[in-house]
Amino acid sequence: MSADSRSITVDSIGPGVTIQDGGRPGLLSVGLSRGGAADVAALREGAVLLGQSADLAALELAGMGGKFRASCDLRLALTGAPMVATLEGQPLRWNAAHHWPAGTQLSIGAARTGVYGYLHLGGGLDTPLVLGARSAHLAGGVGRPVAAGDTLPVGPDPNLSAPAQYLPVPDRCSGGVLRIVASAQTDLFTQAERARFTATVFTRDPRGNRQGVRLAFDGAPFAVEGGLNILSEIVVPGDVQVTGDGSPFVLLGECQTTGGYPRIGTVLPVDLPRVAQAAPGTALQFQFVSLAEGLAITRAADAATARLSGQLARLIRDPHDIRDLLSYQLIGGVTAGHELNEEPPKP
Amino acid sequence: MTVSSPPASPRSGRFPRVATVGLSGLLVQFSDRLDEAANRAALAFRAAIDVEAWEGVAETATSLTSTFLRFDPLQLAPDDLSARVTTLLASRDWSAADLPQRRRRWRVPVAFGGEAGPQLDEVAGLVGLSPEDAAAQITAQPVRVQTIGFAPGQPYLGTLPEAWDIPRQTDLTPMVPQGALVVAIRQLIVFSNATQTGWRQIGLTGFRCFRPDAAAPFALNAGDDIQFTPVSADVLHRMIEDDPEGMGGATVEALS
Repeated sequence: MSADSRSITVDSIGPGVTIQDGGRPGLLSVGLSRGGAADVAALREGAVLLGQSADLAALELAGMGGKFRASCDLRLALTGAPMVATLEGQPLRWNAAHHWPAGTQLSIGAARTGVYGYLHLGGGLDTPLVLGARSAHLAGGVGRPVAAGDTLPVGPDPNLSAPAQYLPVPDRCSGGVLRIVASAQTDLFTQAERARFTATVFTRDPRGNRQGVRLAFDGAPFAVEGGLNILSEIVVPGDVQVTGDGSPFVLLGECQTTGGYPRIGTVLPVDLPRVAQAAPGTALQFQFVSLAEGLAITRAADAATARLSGQLARLIRDPHDIRDLLSYQLIGGVTAGHELNEEPPKP
Repeated sequence: MTVSSPPASPRSGRFPRVATVGLSGLLVQFSDRLDEAANRAALAFRAAIDVEAWEGVAETATSLTSTFLRFDPLQLAPDDLSARVTTLLASRDWSAADLPQRRRRWRVPVAFGGEAGPQLDEVAGLVGLSPEDAAAQITAQPVRVQTIGFAPGQPYLGTLPEAWDIPRQTDLTPMVPQGALVVAIRQLIVFSNATQTGWRQIGLTGFRCFRPDAAAPFALNAGDDIQFTPVSADVLHRMIEDDPEGMGGATVEALS
């Protein structure tokens, strides 16, 4: 590797790790869904932490990270589902940006909660663009999972000396109430069936991936009057399909572009990251909101996103400072990892 | 739901029907069953929306009998877009529209039966023909790309004669290969990627509908014709080997 090449090498890696950016909007008519990061909020947070464009690509870690080595001095940021991360054995805070010295190994373990963690690099991953994006779209046959031995190029980072920073973010990994709007097929379901749907507490089923997640529940299957004989229509991420066995299936960004199952409603885009980040067993519920309410919620969320960078906080515990801190904690009998990875305060 | 009505509203039986999909989708349905005129209407209406180029409309697409618009609801209010769409809908009889401009005819070699089409005999039985006659009906005339969807570049082709109105299997075939020619409900599909499916596989092509690294990644457009041409499995395999571009021996010519 030449001295001036900026890259990371993958020493080991979990299954299903892919490069993701904002995906490929605009290809519905040719059958390719947008795809892109399953938790788009985490993608934006990484960009804010590194002071760069949210269009840059990051590594999406599906429940499990890996071991990575920097070819040169880099910056990294960690967002999304919190995972245990260490740099040369020293704990790194999640939802934070850190310096990553040349030659050192970053190790990221399993998700402590949630599903998708993100490793962002200052300058972004600089793999070739395919159809205008770097995202793997495995369901559509674009790209492949990242594998051990891969070397991933990293773009230029004009802010290499920027201070390590921390961003307080709201929890998206604990499920909760998802706001949905009525959609073209909502009125195929009776009022009583819709009421039962919103009264039901679902749990995220183990069956699920970047295309969508199945929801499990106690009770009779959900059904429409007149059965399932529906002509295939365009489907969009957030659509809640009721599949043949009467279970809801929430479509995510890498869904197919058409579907013939009746759809009871569509989850607001702002709530979709909480679907993606719901680990199996996490409780989820639905609440109908009007189109006007949905738009107001979206507007407010966009405004909050625009204010994110104002919430950045200087991270004192840079790896450069960490050694003393560790010895202090060991003396105090506190687990170092716990202290450094404590849950961020609610904003 | 219809844009101006609460979710509890009864479904109207009239077409075309305009409804929102999520916050940023608008669906214009011309029929709720597969219908040639509705398919042409959906294609023509999409082309007309594209010509309008309204600020805030991000992209358009069609399914078998619907036009779909994705828009930015913070830039273009759903009620506003719905009103514009309704006005444009009323401006003419879309079901009488011509097929899209710049259509092409593809000739795609296909091997029927045997390993290339393990369910040809079963399908022929359902259609009431011998396997040879069933294959001959598929290749007797061109079929039209009615829509592209589900998977990238994947065509839904039709409409086959009435006798081909066979249901999908209730049990899915675990895996059919890329390029598989499958049939159900008077339609054919050439699969873009290997997949599980409820459609029955009657043949195999070497035609790759989606080639992400090619200059033209998506071969087909809705409105194009495909004329399937029968070849033996051996000939097909030679065509695939001789064609690293993934055309599988297919040729294309302009129709209009």
